Amino acid sequence: MLKINQLHKSYPIGDSSLHVLKGIDLKVEEGEMVAIMGSSGSGKSTLLNIIGMLDEADSGDYILDGLPIKDLTEKKAAVYRNKFLGFIFQSFNLINYKNALENVALPLYYQGMKRKERQEMAMFHLEKVGLSDWAKHLPKELSGGQNQRVAIARALAANPKLLLADEPTGALDTKTSHEIMAFIQQLNDEGKTILMVTHEEDIAGMCKRIVRLRDGVIMEDKKVEQVRAEQYV
Amino acid sequence: MFKFLFDRDTWQEVYDSFSKNKLRSILTMVGVWWGILLLIGLLGSARGLENSFNRLFGDFATNSVFVWGQSTSKPFKGFQEGRKVRLSLSDAKKIEKNVEGIEFVVPRSQDQATVVRKFLSGSFQVAGDYPLLDQVQKKKLIYGRFINQNDIDFDKKVTLLSEETYKQLFEKKENAIGEYVQINSMSFKVIGIFKNGDVNMGPSTDMHIPFTTFQQIYNRGDEIGWMMITGKPESDIKQIEADAKLLLKNLNKIHPKDSRAFGSFNLGKEFGKLTGFLTGMQFLTWFVGIATLIAGVFAIGNILLITVKERTKEIGVRRALGATPFEIKRQIVVEAVFLTLVAGVLGIITGGWILIALDAAFGQGDDAAIVNASVSIAVVFIALIILVVLGTLIGLIPAFKATSIKPIEALREE
Repeated sequence: MLKINQLHKSYPIGDSSLHVLKGIDLKVEEGEMVAIMGSSGSGKSTLLNIIGMLDEADSGDYILDGLPIKDLTEKKAAVYRNKFLGFIFQSFNLINYKNALENVALPLYYQGMKRKERQEMAMFHLEKVGLSDWAKHLPKELSGGQNQRVAIARALAANPKLLLADEPTGALDTKTSHEIMAFIQQLNDEGKTILMVTHEEDIAGMCKRIVRLRDGVIMEDKKVEQVRAEQYV
Repeated sequence: MFKFLFDRDTWQEVYDSFSKNKLRSILTMVGVWWGILLLIGLLGSARGLENSFNRLFGDFATNSVFVWGQSTSKPFKGFQEGRKVRLSLSDAKKIEKNVEGIEFVVPRSQDQATVVRKFLSGSFQVAGDYPLLDQVQKKKLIYGRFINQNDIDFDKKVTLLSEETYKQLFEKKENAIGEYVQINSMSFKVIGIFKNGDVNMGPSTDMHIPFTTFQQIYNRGDEIGWMMITGKPESDIKQIEADAKLLLKNLNKIHPKDSRAFGSFNLGKEFGKLTGFLTGMQFLTWFVGIATLIAGVFAIGNILLITVKERTKEIGVRRALGATPFEIKRQIVVEAVFLTLVAGVLGIITGGWILIALDAAFGQGDDAAIVNASVSIAVVFIALIILVVLGTLIGLIPAFKATSIKPIEALREE
């Protein structure tokens, strides 16, 4: 599904440069649910951004579903992101003047899908996250948990191969966090491959595998017994 | 690309982004609106002024010069200075024959006369004229006809009265055509009534009679009062004036450098100044209008730049969701063009209203200062095209700014 070989990335800071990723090797199979952990500055977000094609590595290989991701033009990256990846952000990143349905339909719009089809599809995904009654509401009229569910519906809308979540529960209280995690687990149960950055141990424990980063290298990579989130809900 | 323009979603996006920032969008549009309003208003007014000048001078052959005799100021060939200069019919004919670029030479004479009709009488200015006068200084006839060649050939005693003269000599609504009036105790048949124009060149005239008749009854012989020299449209009236005067000095034995022997009024020259002024005004109008427009369009570019800055995160999200840089740019350019176009069309409409208001306030009646203030459709289209082009160009700046930020940086921005 996803294969990363000797990935390096450094950012220039003034005259010197900060070496953030120092040779990452990672392999993720289909249907896995991986938590990437690490303290801030460990390079976990950078890794996620490179996997998400939002950023480019300095060296190393990245193969997604057999497709080498290399020397991407902005346009090509946009098409790949749209086709292969779904993003879930800590701060939801919904477009604040568009209602829930329109937000979910946005990736489909960029796929060039017809309006009617798109809205039906978006509605289907909103139903899946249990928010079909809130379709016409703006993000500011929804709670944090509801907003994150809209964001998840949006990430799912284009039926991506890989779901990338950057601290998906970072802005939510514990109870809502568990609701969202339960939902993400359910998606994983249905076969979606999920890659998640988090720094919360209990959230990481709800994944099937934990990859720990420190100072740009993988410290630990282990499979864990998944803690089901439903029991806390 | 065109499919994109007809796509409902495109306009939904445009609508959304404006309804989000109503006040700002409106303030932005005011700049362009004001620019095009000024352009239309000023151009229309300039055209209205031009029209009113044209109406005033439309009946005149404007490429004309009037020449009359005065007194010499230099002794020449045995003649003392201070000699009265009299123009003659043969002078007029020689000028017509010898000076280049002339269309007509119209000799005229005029004098005071006592005119009586039944119990009414008055003192009027009577002019002796050729039918040609009608061609260089169109008479507005209310009734009847102007003097014709037959009248000249047979020294007929016929006359045209001005409207004011008619009112003094006839009862209200009385028929005048075919009636007789006594000019200096001689009976003249009235053949027409004319209306004096708003602008009169030379002394005002109350009555016209055939030139030959005039010369006879006033015993003028060959002597004429003054002459109107009309140049062909393409010829230089100043040159004609100089040539004609030199020839006249030659014919009348006047010192070539005697500048006071002839009086003249160069209508062509004066009119040239006027049209030059109008052209200048039109140029100024375009300049001011387009400069204002450009300022307005820059305001739109500026606002869009701020908007893009504010929407950095949104643009980042869109790109994470799969919007290509081209799609982002296209959207921003469409917004810019849409803003300029809507503001422009509103400006054109309100500009039109202003012209209507101007017309209602100053454009009514015969002596209106502004006649038919208007702009041509071509000008409106040119203005619109300029708007679209400027809107596109100015939209490109924020568009490139928007996509120059990497999506990762855009998303990181809180």
